[in-house]
Amino acid sequence: MSIDRDEIEISLKARCEAIRKVSIEVNMKNENLYNYILGIADNSLILGQRMGELCGHGPTLETDIACTNISLDLFGQVRSYFQYASKIAGDGRTEDDIAMLRKEREYINVLLVEQPNTDFAYTMARQFLFDVYHLAFLVELQKSADLTLSAIASKSIKEVSYHERFSSDWVKRLGDGTEESNTKMQEAIDALWTYTDELFHQTEADKAMVAEGIGVDVTKLKDSYYRHVSELLEEATLQVPESKYFQKGGKEGIHTEHLGYMLAELQYMQRTYPNMEW
Amino acid sequence: MSDEQIKNLEEQFEARIARDEKIEPKDWMPEKYRQTHIRQMSQHAHSEIVGMLPEGNWITRAPSLRRKVALLAKVQDEAGHGLYLYSATETLGISRDEMYEQLHTGKAKYSSIFNYPTITWADMGAIGWLVDGAAIINQVPLCNTSYGPYARAMIRVCKEESFHQRQGFEIMLKLCNGTPEQKEMAQDALNRWWWPSLMMLGPTDAESIHTEQSMKWKLKRKSNDDLRQQFIDQTVPQADILGLTIPDQDLKWNEERGSYDFGEIDWDEFWQVVKGHGPMNRERMKARVGAWERGEWVRDAAMAYVEKKQERKEKQAV
Ligand SMILES: [Fe+2]
Ligand SMILES: [Fe+2]
Ligand SMILES: [Fe+2]
Repeated sequence: MSIDRDEIEISLKARCEAIRKVSIEVNMKNENLYNYILGIADNSLILGQRMGELCGHGPTLETDIACTNISLDLFGQVRSYFQYASKIAGDGRTEDDIAMLRKEREYINVLLVEQPNTDFAYTMARQFLFDVYHLAFLVELQKSADLTLSAIASKSIKEVSYHERFSSDWVKRLGDGTEESNTKMQEAIDALWTYTDELFHQTEADKAMVAEGIGVDVTKLKDSYYRHVSELLEEATLQVPESKYFQKGGKEGIHTEHLGYMLAELQYMQRTYPNMEW
Repeated sequence: MSDEQIKNLEEQFEARIARDEKIEPKDWMPEKYRQTHIRQMSQHAHSEIVGMLPEGNWITRAPSLRRKVALLAKVQDEAGHGLYLYSATETLGISRDEMYEQLHTGKAKYSSIFNYPTITWADMGAIGWLVDGAAIINQVPLCNTSYGPYARAMIRVCKEESFHQRQGFEIMLKLCNGTPEQKEMAQDALNRWWWPSLMMLGPTDAESIHTEQSMKWKLKRKSNDDLRQQFIDQTVPQADILGLTIPDQDLKWNEERGSYDFGEIDWDEFWQVVKGHGPMNRERMKARVGAWERGEWVRDAAMAYVEKKQERKEKQAV
């Protein structure tokens, strides 16, 4: 049997091409998955950072403990997500590199979570508006075809249900408390409302991951979110804001002016003392 | 009650303590016992709460996620210690609000160590290692103190404090095994926290008041100077493991005593800080009073909400 060298060459080329195609697909999928994880984890990272600012400054010792605990839970979740992202990146980037060494435009958290702790009403309103979304999101993420993500979701649900109960209770207490607290809570809800719509926007990575059965289709969570939030606000004797003007940009890395200062603190040690272990 | 009867009760009371029985909130106790315990326990509770501030100062800047989580958990533990100590003190018939009032007006004290600033990350290591370390030495004997609720709170607190101490030492160890810059940061922190940590164990025996009575009630089991010696003897070998130098030229092993000799403590500095003129006294109080004042409308709202709910329930019941 004679072997045609040209034939071998052609078949080798075809194989290489096929492998190249597959590896591009794998890379694309990995890149989408990586970005998808960042989109989830950045919310917890930035909100955790905000809640961490309050430690020791709360209105009561019990709320202080609860806010610290929320921060602790969120950072615990962040670690799980970024450890997974680090594995997917596969280029030696660690959880801390991902958390602390990106540029401002590379953080893709929603604008809502970076809003400052103006007062306790803002802090609880921000938490509530995020928690209701977060809980619904994790319930869906549990069904993800990606087993790591579904495991992280299952573990986080317990914590986030507690956050949601805590922040909902405070929205009710402050809304239906005194006249002063009602005014303050209404102001906070009105101010933060503009950041809620962005929770339901989809990035390219979101769409790709939804198509793979890995990601959550957040557009489907929107109606029940506004229904639930509105019911609770009414119970708290608060007005549901009517404004239809919403802000967006966080998911594309275009943030409010607040984020840069937060990153200055978050990244301070890693930037000042590069390549060291702590 | 006649003086005779009171004297009788007091004798029985002291005898119970001598037999190592616990005094419980409902038991009769001399007024002085109650007041002394309120003072010491609330001071301890305040220290836990004010102590959250210097460490809370580094939460947003912790160098890694792992350290951030550990620091948050530690500060949360301290808040928890404050909570059970306040609850234990409330069993003596004082409310938490009254205790806060005493803290905010400066009537009640808290541990002076928290009036020093935390200026580098290494301070998180030094505080865990030295400050929690000294706190344990102060507190372990209190696990057997005569007042039941205090003793029980201390057992729980001490377990967590020893975890904090190991965690602090581990932060230092990582720095000392790191780059020269990191090791220098660790040495600098030790230099700044060493003497204040020694002061944490209280004034020298010659200047210390209330000691005898406190010994009888098991609020104190060893003198301040003995506790300090114990702390030094325990800590110097740990500094050796780290490869750090204790900032005391007179520190020297004394073969005869089986202990370290050490240099003169700057008691002027100690009293200055105790009297409210340390580097951070104003800031710490400003933070606590500020949090309390900014929180007033929140607490009022929570109260009003509960009352409204109660009213509605009653109306429904009618
Ligand atoms: Fe303590
Ligand atoms: Fe403590
Ligand atoms: Fe501690």
